[in-house]
Amino acid sequence: MPSGNIVIGTIGSDAHMIGAWVLQKALVGAGFNVTFLGAVVPQEEFVHAAIETDADAILVSSMYGMGILDCEGLREKCIEAGLKDILLYAGGNVAAPLELDRNWPEIEKRFKAMGFDRVYRNTVTPAEVVAALKSDLRLEG
Amino acid sequence: MDVRLLIDFGSTYTKILAVDLEREVVLGRAQALTTVASDITIGLREAYEALLAGGSIDERCIRGRHASSSAAGGLKIAAIGLVPALTLEAARRAALGAGAKVVCAHGFEIDETVVAQVQAAACDIVLLCGGTDGGDKAVILHNARMLAASALACPILVAGNRVVANEVKAILEAKGKSALVTSNVLPRLDSVEVEPVQAQIRELFISRITEAKGLARARAFVDGEIVPTPKATLQAAALLADGTEGERGIGSLVIVEIGGATTNIHSVSAQEPSDPQTLVRGLPEPRVKRTVEGDLGIRYNAPTIYSLLGEQYCRARLQEIHPAGEGRPVDLEAHVQALSTNVGYVPHSPFEHAIDAMLAESATAVAMQRHAGTLREEYSVVGKVRVQHGRNLLEVGNLIGTGGIFKYGPHAERILRAARFSAQKPWSLMPKAPQAFVDAEYFLYGIGLLADRFPAAALRIARKYLRPVRLDG
Repeated sequence: MPSGNIVIGTIGSDAHMIGAWVLQKALVGAGFNVTFLGAVVPQEEFVHAAIETDADAILVSSMYGMGILDCEGLREKCIEAGLKDILLYAGGNVAAPLELDRNWPEIEKRFKAMGFDRVYRNTVTPAEVVAALKSDLRLEG
Repeated sequence: MDVRLLIDFGSTYTKILAVDLEREVVLGRAQALTTVASDITIGLREAYEALLAGGSIDERCIRGRHASSSAAGGLKIAAIGLVPALTLEAARRAALGAGAKVVCAHGFEIDETVVAQVQAAACDIVLLCGGTDGGDKAVILHNARMLAASALACPILVAGNRVVANEVKAILEAKGKSALVTSNVLPRLDSVEVEPVQAQIRELFISRITEAKGLARARAFVDGEIVPTPKATLQAAALLADGTEGERGIGSLVIVEIGGATTNIHSVSAQEPSDPQTLVRGLPEPRVKRTVEGDLGIRYNAPTIYSLLGEQYCRARLQEIHPAGEGRPVDLEAHVQALSTNVGYVPHSPFEHAIDAMLAESATAVAMQRHAGTLREEYSVVGKVRVQHGRNLLEVGNLIGTGGIFKYGPHAERILRAARFSAQKPWSLMPKAPQAFVDAEYFLYGIGLLADRFPAAALRIARKYLRPVRLDG
C-alpha cells in the first residue's frame, strides 16, 4: 500500500529552491503528504528523510546544470538503505543548456540508466508530475 | 646486543631476519622452504640453524621472536554485501586492510551458484555484510539463509545492518554454522567503519585460523601472536609515513609489492581532491589502504601478464630494456610458462633479468592504475567540471618497491617508473614526482612486526636501510 508520502528538495550544491517549492505546493494541493527539504540537499539527506517518513517517492530538483553528477549513485544508496522500490524523479535544468536542447533523449537515457523512473525538463507543469505520481503509485483520481 | 628475530612464513620460503635493536642494524638473514604441509617447524628450524651458522648472531642475545605468515594460502576471505559500490566495497576494504586475500566478492542476493563458488574458494572466513543500520534487511537475511543451507564450515562474520544482526546470527546457528556478530562496516551511507571488523578478523586468525593452517606448532617458538604478512607490511607503511613520538615519518607514500602470484599496493595518504573545484564521488577513502591484484605476479601469474600484453609488445619492451638480447632466439612463451611452475626461479642472464623487469613493470602499471583514483570531465552550465573517483595520489611524496625482484634485480628504477603519473593516462591519479626507495633488504614485513613494540627503533632502521633511487634521467 502506498503511503502517499513524498520527499522533495533541490540536490547537490544547487541553491535554486523555487522549482521544488512550486511543485511541493501542487503536491500538497493534490493530497500528498510532502516533506520539503529545501535547497543544497545531499543525497544522504534525501535517503534519510525517505526512511523516516516511509516515503513512496523522492523528487529531486536541479537547476544549475549538474543534475547528472549530483544524481549519480542515489539509486544505489536507496537500495542499501532498504528503499529499493522507491520512485525516483528528477526535474529542472538537469544538464547543460545546450545538451538539454540537442540531446534530450540521451539525457533521459542516462537518468534511466542511473535508476531514475522519470526525468523532466524545466517546462514541465505541476499537473503533469501529479498525474505521473498518481499513475506510478496506482492512486485513484 | 638486543637481537630480534623477524620471521615470515611465506607461501614458498620461511625467512628469518635478525636485527639488533641496540645498534639498529640488520645482523643477518636466512631462509628455508616452508614446510607447512608436514610440520612448519622443520623449515623454521632449518632457517634458524642457517642463520646461526652465519656466525653473526650470539644465540644468548636473542630477546624476541616475532612472526608473520602467508603460508597455506594466507588468510582467505569471501566478501558478501549488497550494493557493489557500497557495502560490498566496504567489506572488501575491511578484509584487505586486515591483511586478507579476498577470494570472492558478491553483491545483491546470492544464489546456489554463488554459494558453490564461495565453497570452492575454500575461504577461512565469510564476511557477510549488507544494509546500513536501519536500512535494507531482506538481502542480508536471504544471504544468511543461503549460507546456512550450504556445507560451509568456516566461521561467518556478520557485519551488516545492526537491526537484523541477531536474526542473521540465529539463522546461521540454527544450521550449525559458527557465526559472530560485529558492528556494521557501513553504519551510515557516508561512513565506512572497518576497525571493529578488522579486530574480529584478527581475533579469528589468532584463535582458529593459525591452528587450522598448521601454524600452531610454530607458536612455541614465537613471542606474541602471528599476524598475516600483508598486515605486517601495512603496519610498516603506516609507521614509515606517519612516524612515531619523537621520530618523524617520511610522509605520504605508496608501496609497490611484487610477488610471484600477486601484486600488492599499499598507500598512506590524506584524501584530498585533485583541486578544490573537483567533485569527489564514492565512499570516503581511508588514510591507509591496500589493494591486491590476484592476477598479477611475476612467477605463478607470469603467463597471465604475458597474454595480457601480447608477444609483440613484450618483444618491443625487451628490446628497450636489454638491446643486446640473449644472443640466440628465445621462446618467450615457453620461458614465461616455465616461470609459472618454478616459482622460486632466480634469473641467470641479463636477458632473463630483462624479462623479469618487463613482467614487473607491467604488473606495477596495471596494479597502480587499479589502486589509484580516476578523474573525468563533465560539462555543466558553468563549463567543465572535474569528477574524481577514488584515491588521489598525485602529490604522494614517496614510492617504495619491495619484493624479491627489488632485492636481486638490476632494473628497480625502471619498474618503479611504471608506478608514476603518465601523460598518456592523465585521468589516472598516480604519483607525479615521488622520491623513490628500494627495499633492498626485503625487510618491510619485519619493520611492521616491530612497529607495535619498538616504533622509534623500527622507523630508524627502515630509514637507514631503504635505498634511495633516482627515477629521472
